Amino acid sequence: MQRELPRLITLVTGMFMAIQYFIPHKHSEQFYQTSLDWLIIVGIFSIVLGIASLVNLHVNKIQRRDAGTKYSYILLAGLLYMILSAILTGTDQQSFFMKGYIAVLNPITSTMFALLAFYIASAAFRAFRARSLIATILLVSAVVVMLGRVPAGEDLIPGIAKVSDWLLNVPNMAAKRAISIGLGLGGSATALKVVLGIEAPHLR
Amino acid sequence: MAGTRGFQLERHLVFLLIFLAVLVPLFLPAPKTVRVTPEVKSVYDRIEGLQAGEIVMLPCEYDPSMAAEMSPMTMAVLRQCFRKDLRVLVTCLVSNGVSLVESELRQMAEEWGRKYGEDYVYLGYKPYPGIVIMAMGEDFRVPFPTDYYNTPLDEIPMMKGVKNYQNVALVLTINSTSGIDYWIIYGTGRYKFPLACASTAVMAPNYYNYLQSGQLFGLIGGLRGAAEYEQLVGHPGKAVKGMLVQSVSHILIVALILLGNVIFIVERRRRRS
Amino acid sequence: MHRHRRGRGLPLVAALALLPLLLLQASAALAENAAEDPPAPRPPLDLKAVDTPNDRGESVDLEWRPSPDEADPAAGALLYLIERAQAQAGPFERIADAPAGTTAYTDNSVRDEETYYYRVSTTGTGGGTSAPSAVAGPVRSTGQWFDLRKLATLILTFLFCLTVMVLIRAARRGKTFYVRPIPGLSAVDEAIGRATEMGKPILFIPGISVASEVATLAAFTLLGRVAKKTAEYQTPVLVPCADPIVMTIAQEIVKSSYLDAGRPELYRQEDVYFVTQDQFSYTAAVNGVMLRERPATNFYIGKFYAESLVLAETGNVAGSIQIAGTDEITQIPFFVAACDYTLIGEELYASSAYLSQEPPLLGTLKAQDFGKAVGAILIVLGVIMAAFGQTWFVDFFRVQ
Repeated sequence: MQRELPRLITLVTGMFMAIQYFIPHKHSEQFYQTSLDWLIIVGIFSIVLGIASLVNLHVNKIQRRDAGTKYSYILLAGLLYMILSAILTGTDQQSFFMKGYIAVLNPITSTMFALLAFYIASAAFRAFRARSLIATILLVSAVVVMLGRVPAGEDLIPGIAKVSDWLLNVPNMAAKRAISIGLGLGGSATALKVVLGIEAPHLR
Repeated sequence: MAGTRGFQLERHLVFLLIFLAVLVPLFLPAPKTVRVTPEVKSVYDRIEGLQAGEIVMLPCEYDPSMAAEMSPMTMAVLRQCFRKDLRVLVTCLVSNGVSLVESELRQMAEEWGRKYGEDYVYLGYKPYPGIVIMAMGEDFRVPFPTDYYNTPLDEIPMMKGVKNYQNVALVLTINSTSGIDYWIIYGTGRYKFPLACASTAVMAPNYYNYLQSGQLFGLIGGLRGAAEYEQLVGHPGKAVKGMLVQSVSHILIVALILLGNVIFIVERRRRRS
Repeated sequence: MHRHRRGRGLPLVAALALLPLLLLQASAALAENAAEDPPAPRPPLDLKAVDTPNDRGESVDLEWRPSPDEADPAAGALLYLIERAQAQAGPFERIADAPAGTTAYTDNSVRDEETYYYRVSTTGTGGGTSAPSAVAGPVRSTGQWFDLRKLATLILTFLFCLTVMVLIRAARRGKTFYVRPIPGLSAVDEAIGRATEMGKPILFIPGISVASEVATLAAFTLLGRVAKKTAEYQTPVLVPCADPIVMTIAQEIVKSSYLDAGRPELYRQEDVYFVTQDQFSYTAAVNGVMLRERPATNFYIGKFYAESLVLAETGNVAGSIQIAGTDEITQIPFFVAACDYTLIGEELYASSAYLSQEPPLLGTLKAQDFGKAVGAILIVLGVIMAAFGQTWFVDFFRVQ
């Protein structure tokens, strides 16, 4: 029963949601909205679980005096600061919560994103090698599109912008559409397997 | 290359070169012109063709980490809308980006002397973008009974008679998330309003499909798209400046790729001999 | 006396003399006014009101032919004024305006099962309003229980599900299906073996999306198999999660895998933990794990966005062998450039069938292949039909 009941719930709700897609009536829509509301509620409560797991992990690390304990202290202090500042001073523009967000989180996340520039260069230098015909086509396409998308490239090699646009609008789109069709079918098959209980990795 | 096993560039050297390629052009003059692509011009022309007083909806869905690419688009579009005396309805369905979008909107409104509640309204954030987009198709007041500043929508002059997408001239989502798919499927797919999107350069190729099929009437992609739009609006800014940075760094990466291949070919010949 | 009679006659003569002048002025003024006030335009024609088809209800579609004066610069139809009543004789109330050039309007403010009547008038540049059009109605709005526009989707979905069932049955009866080698999946065992030899942990990243995402479900499947192998080889597996529900499911999967492998005592709950839902904060945390723990093998299986290259390159710096699989098309090139093996698109979904070789899973995989074949045939047919002007074929499959 411990295994059958969750599978039954999965089957019934999965079938309902699949059928709901084809029924535009407002009662069907209300059912869908209610399901989504429940999803939101479950999601919010699950954050409690997540925070408990995170705190437990880092408290254990501190108790065991593992390597990198100072980062655990910083994490717990940051978590406590954001929670307390939100409760005590609110979350509007002048609150300590927003100050912490603007002064710390914004610059850090922008910096992490900016690292991509460096990593793209090192990945390109390492990976784009003409090892085979397909690899050479990939290499040439990458070079053409990179040069075609910047003004300097268009000045250096006249006409490269048109070739770049063609690569984006024709072969790139064709490949994306083909992969999307495969993904759609694969996704449908995976969802079907889960709903019918053929494969339920989350119910072990 | 000369040397025992060929010349191998260290990762740190690559990083240093990229750092210089990004930093140095910032101190140089920006390029004079940027070639405008049809998909960007389509957005510009559509907004340009609107009458004063019409409402443009701008869902701005990005957080500070994407601001470098997305903010120039937002500023350029707002500039055009305020220049044409269009009214602007803005949301931000990304929790981390709410303050950023609000500050950009306020900055541009102050520059053009626009009054909140009459010329522009900011609805703020609500979770689960798919649900919000569908709900706004019925009535903006369903997901947003109040605006970002907790004023009931019915008390805002601009929102009088503005119920849902039918009352806005077009929707241009400036979006760094996969939420663009929600706008296409649940937004224009259901409620049939004119939709365009402005996305990051990485995601833009995903949406050429929809441009071709007519589900999007325009597409602004990445910093390049932002630069084109700044040029069209007649106010070159960070994005146009960024074109020189992008040009230099792209050329550097191409040079590194070619250099890497030269090294690869030399080493392969050496191994064969 | 004579003089007195002459005085009484003079005003009459003056009036008679002035009368034509007055008449002339009046008619001139009238003519001027007539030139300033253009005539009101005519109303639109053939107004129709129908229940909006294939909708949730509470909606009526109006359609009309433009006013004959729409293009006339003198009369100049500017706006269509839409009015609604619940009786044919009224009273009508104005519910909306539509600018000139529109020929349709959807009224979303009706209640189901109530009767409505509509009429439309036109205002012109002179400000005058036309007489209203003929009344359209009665019309009642209702919600539909099936969206006919999705008929093609329903048929294809049903056929696909039927194909899956038939092929699963065939597989269970012993029919063998060929599955082409997928290097990324063939390398899973080798990658786990490498970690065991080096005495280093395995890092498994199930993407940064939620548990309901299909890619995350595929990640769970692969996690189960990886966890079972690592339990047998006594190699630790670290699973940092970006969603609390993903964390709870991953914990259950790893625990069950260790139980199946007969090594429940080796399971450590803190090896499967929640980090944060913020994209780049999660990336920073995982990068830290990679650079401190130096895992021998990294698995990136699931939904990834801009952080994919940052993760993969840091894994390269740490010297890990890397196997990636995602359905996010924009990130596949980054993984191809930075990882040793990449599962592209649906190869990710094929992983469970490929690794387990279980009949139901192989049958489903074959059904996907059939589905793609049918899709290709329909595309070719559609192109040929459209080339000969037979657009009905394409229109049948259009999703609205």
